Amino acid sequence: MSLPFEKPILDLEAKIRDMRTYAEEQEMDLAEEIALLEARLERLKAQTFERLTRWQRVQVARAAGRPTGLDYVAHVFEGFRELHGDRTLGDDPAVVTGLAELGGESLVVIAQQKGRDTKENIHRNFGMSHPSGYRKAMRMFDLADKFGLPVVTLIDTPGAYPGIAAEEQGQAWVIAASIQRMSRLRVPAIAVVIGEGGSGGALAIGVANRVLILENATYSVISPESCAAILWRDAAEAPRAAEALKLTARDLRELEIVDRVIDEPIGGAHRDPAAAMDAVGVALRAELDALRGSTPEDLLRGRRARFRRLGRFVEIDAAA
Amino acid sequence: MALERWFRRSRPTRSDDDTSPAGLWLKCESCSAQIYRKDLVANLYLCPECGHHYRMPVDARIASLADEGTFERWSGRLAPTDPLEFVDTEPYPERMERVQQKQGRPDAIVSGAASLNGEPIALVVMDFFFAGGSMGSVVGEEIARAAERAAAEDRSLVVITASGGARMQEGALSLMQMAKTTVALEELTERRLPFVSVLTDPTTGGVTASFATLGDVILAEPHALICFAGPRVIQQTIKQDLPEGFQRAEFLLKKGMLDDVVPRDRLKEALGTTLRLLRGGAKVSEPEESHVATV
Repeated sequence: MSLPFEKPILDLEAKIRDMRTYAEEQEMDLAEEIALLEARLERLKAQTFERLTRWQRVQVARAAGRPTGLDYVAHVFEGFRELHGDRTLGDDPAVVTGLAELGGESLVVIAQQKGRDTKENIHRNFGMSHPSGYRKAMRMFDLADKFGLPVVTLIDTPGAYPGIAAEEQGQAWVIAASIQRMSRLRVPAIAVVIGEGGSGGALAIGVANRVLILENATYSVISPESCAAILWRDAAEAPRAAEALKLTARDLRELEIVDRVIDEPIGGAHRDPAAAMDAVGVALRAELDALRGSTPEDLLRGRRARFRRLGRFVEIDAAA
Repeated sequence: MALERWFRRSRPTRSDDDTSPAGLWLKCESCSAQIYRKDLVANLYLCPECGHHYRMPVDARIASLADEGTFERWSGRLAPTDPLEFVDTEPYPERMERVQQKQGRPDAIVSGAASLNGEPIALVVMDFFFAGGSMGSVVGEEIARAAERAAAEDRSLVVITASGGARMQEGALSLMQMAKTTVALEELTERRLPFVSVLTDPTTGGVTASFATLGDVILAEPHALICFAGPRVIQQTIKQDLPEGFQRAEFLLKKGMLDDVVPRDRLKEALGTTLRLLRGGAKVSEPEESHVATV
């Protein structure tokens, strides 16, 4: 499966493949021609991805084949030990939590998990948590504090699930509680938006000392589709809404909502998952190293101050 | 008072704060009785026949809760900007200017100091008639400042919520107000000062999923719609009818999500009693160094 704007790239890749096959079959030396085409391919990729519209980035953030939470857990960390259940309502498959190591250091990992195919997507509810998922995350925050383990969260959700049971079980209440609980951590916390950062459902595990985002990931108050449905009464206006919402990594860095943008391989994480995951691993190690000397009090105060600052407004001069 | 002039209504309007149809008389949307408008206003915006709770304008709300002459306004010095240069059917600044003129304030919130049955409080009231009470940077900042000032002045915090949720036109900055308001409440927690949240119709989305449901005590008005995702969104998602009374205050009380549902004409008394009792402890234990042990 490919995204519409990827077609010229894929066409060129196919052409290069064909030329290679032809050269082999005919035992001809086409190395020069192939090298030219490959250079063109790199330029085309770079240009395409440099100029992506915001809506196109939304599509990359959601692309099939983009690494999911569990892919990161397996690739970036060692010895992942999954821990299930919220001890109250059940076990939410849309959030995977557990213990792991990074660079020899134990930590707690909380990952929102979309499916990698239809079957898994249904099992994972497309990465949309019920209250149980946030309760499970809060249990992990308790564990992290008790044992002094840093917390890494991987954010990738269209949003918290809007359903009857979710509402009855207090979706709003647990999101608020999770925001509060995470803000109170006395250990280092790093959040990485790896795909879709969907509204309150993302922020619930996003109150970290450092908030990182992949180059083509998004983080938004509302999905472009829902925003378009409200503002223009037409979900088909989603591309316009995506532009208006300024939801790309670059936008969010400018608004100081994220601290660091992690570059993806050219062509997007879905074209080279291993390289994307390596980049996240490198960034996580650097961020954890930087926080290592901080006291619990510093971590708590620093995190609070970070979120207390956010917002843009003007002070009105009383004499005006 | 210069500020008041700055936001002076451009023309006198009758019922900007009023959801009911125009005219001296209106038909109650709940019991269909003919109501004389002045009676509705004099009766705390409750139907004199059936007690149906109409949405209440901010000034009337403050008057109904603050002891007479005690309210001193804090808010009003912060105004929204347009960080995203957001345009939907009109540019965000134009939308704001129009609503500011209509509502006579810079954003969807009023805060101030008051006493309530003698209890010192910071009173925060959200204005649903201002862009649906949506929370952008100004609303978030006013709530945060009110919480911090309440803590500094040894006041309890009372917030009357009414909001469609986070304000789309400020994008992820609005989303971040959920975290900002939450961390600002810590000042009260550290000083063991009460925060009572009163959820009124409607309280939804990012407001419900942040400070509104973090009250030490959470009260709601009868029949108020209180939810994370709105009924229409849920219906579109699950393609089923919703249960009777779903997401209404009484339903949520049964589900264990609220401390009580309190009719408006008893709200002041309920708040006064709650605050007095919460603050009447002998303070036998020092606050824990860390308040993080349990959630």
